[in-house]
Amino acid sequence: MTSTTTPSGTGTSPVPLGGPSPRPKRIPKRGAMRRSEARTGAALIAPTVIIVLAVVVLPILWSVSLAFQRVRLISLRSAGIFGNYVLDNFVHVVTAPGFVDTLVTTLVYSVFGTAASIAFGLVATLALRKKFRFRGFVRSVMLLPYVAPVVAVTFVWQTMLSPQFGIINYWGQHLLGWTKPIAFLSEKSSDVSLFGLTIPIPTALIMVILFEAWRQFPFAFLFLTARMQAIPASLEEAALVDGATISQRFRYIIWPQLLPTIAVLSVLRFIWTFTSFDDIYLLTGGGAGTEVISVRVYQFLTGRGDIGLASAQALVIAIVLAVLVGIYLKFFGKREEDYT
Amino acid sequence: MTTARATAPARPRFSRDRFENRFFGVIRWVVIALLIIATVFPFYYMGLLSVRGLGDVLNNPGALWVAIGDLSFNAYTRALGSVADGGEGFLGFMRNSALLALGTVALTLLVSIPGSYAVSRLRFFGRRQISALFLAVYLFPSILLAVPLFVFFTRVGLRGSLVAVILVYVSQTVAVSIYMLRNYFETIPVSLEEAAALDGASRLGIMRRISLPLAMPAIVVNGLFVFMVAWNEFLFALLFLVDKRDQWTVSLGLSQLTGNSIEVPTTVLMAASVITTIPIIIIFFASERLLTEGLTGGAEKG
Repeated sequence: MTSTTTPSGTGTSPVPLGGPSPRPKRIPKRGAMRRSEARTGAALIAPTVIIVLAVVVLPILWSVSLAFQRVRLISLRSAGIFGNYVLDNFVHVVTAPGFVDTLVTTLVYSVFGTAASIAFGLVATLALRKKFRFRGFVRSVMLLPYVAPVVAVTFVWQTMLSPQFGIINYWGQHLLGWTKPIAFLSEKSSDVSLFGLTIPIPTALIMVILFEAWRQFPFAFLFLTARMQAIPASLEEAALVDGATISQRFRYIIWPQLLPTIAVLSVLRFIWTFTSFDDIYLLTGGGAGTEVISVRVYQFLTGRGDIGLASAQALVIAIVLAVLVGIYLKFFGKREEDYT
Repeated sequence: MTTARATAPARPRFSRDRFENRFFGVIRWVVIALLIIATVFPFYYMGLLSVRGLGDVLNNPGALWVAIGDLSFNAYTRALGSVADGGEGFLGFMRNSALLALGTVALTLLVSIPGSYAVSRLRFFGRRQISALFLAVYLFPSILLAVPLFVFFTRVGLRGSLVAVILVYVSQTVAVSIYMLRNYFETIPVSLEEAAALDGASRLGIMRRISLPLAMPAIVVNGLFVFMVAWNEFLFALLFLVDKRDQWTVSLGLSQLTGNSIEVPTTVLMAASVITTIPIIIIFFASERLLTEGLTGGAEKG
């Protein structure tokens, strides 16, 4: 849910601030008042902390414990916290057929989904930069794919792409001269011949990546637009006086200013795309070469009723994700570290 | 304007600047048009199919509009009608979703208003750690939480109850809610509160009489945002409520329409999609300006 719903950070803004945000300065007070303030503060934050601990932190810890046990949904009542810890689940997860394929699909999906959504967001930001009539309205319209219910928009995409009565296939056949309808969401790959070479194109995977880009570009658009508005106009005016063209102004003024925001957006979007479940589950059900790890977790949990296996698979996601984000931060994160 | 410049003898006939100005001037409108089509068309298509007859859709799938005479609202009657009347029961699903969303909003605000006030105004032990914890919670992917929560609520026998789902939703929204409200509290001058303190008001009195009324716009927007999140949520609704049809939310009900053995016509599917989407679109356009400001707050400070 997080990925679809909460477009910004908590303790800190996902978009870097110029420095630490100014705290209200206070006159030092006597110890008793200070203590009373601390008590009130703790009391006010307590309900939130309790909910987060009970519904987020404890379950995560428990999940780690479950991953090392042989627990099935049927035998749930007999499972304790201190069961027999074994590594079987991880062996099963890694050796199960399709594990590597799923991992590769997830990686391709998240890398291209993230890149495409940020690229579209950037294009939209640049196109809607100059004022025109109804710009405010157009900007809010841009956010529609992001705020609309995911189930509704996946159904519309399914309908539009349907081989029987989908509008895309209809106009493709009538206008573009396609010889037969394309099963966009159920065709694993189609061969496209180009200059005598036959190249297999993963149709369904491309479609779910496009969907991801369509649904998530408003998120990048929102934050890039906010950042763009904060760029001092004087910078660009100076470049204009010096005779810089539009592309030069973008390359040397705008782009460097947006880069930190893009870096943070990449991390956030990658984390959420890597673990996203709704989109692919609803669009293809994980078929036609689009099975990602989170869909697998769901199938282990509800299809097989194997809790241990599902937990282990979820833990594998978390570890892979942590390693990838760690590598990213190590190589590109020098600048962002100051902001978080 | 450009032609006038082109005739000026002092200037070269071709310059990179002039080319780029003209090129990007044109391409910009092309991009804007494409973006509008890409974002709006799916929603237009959804509405269009929902008011066409099924036979009409199958005979002429490429139509981009509907003649007034061919308008048909049968799909809506079927989607909204109760199961007993041969409908799909979306009226009941809407009630469930509304209950769930309102419950989530109430509980989230109840804990996040005091919480965000504490984080923005009071110095207490562990404030920094708590902010870090919330960031972690916010980044944490929900699919990883799905397994233990599913198991836990199954075991205590609460899976399938709306209360359990509300609790999960609150845990998912409380972090972002605190973040949005904290940003707003920090724009309220502390001097107002200090003046009230000098007049002898207690800390809670200050909160209730000064800070809360001032933060009301942000609280309302935050509530609407949480409502949208809860209304749209799919994964936990699927995991927790799928066995109990009378507890289904609109999102879940919609997703289950295609899963039935009986074929549900596309027009009904689209009508149900419209029903699911309309409340969100209304709320979104009503709160859009304040919402984007609340979400990107801090980004502009850059």
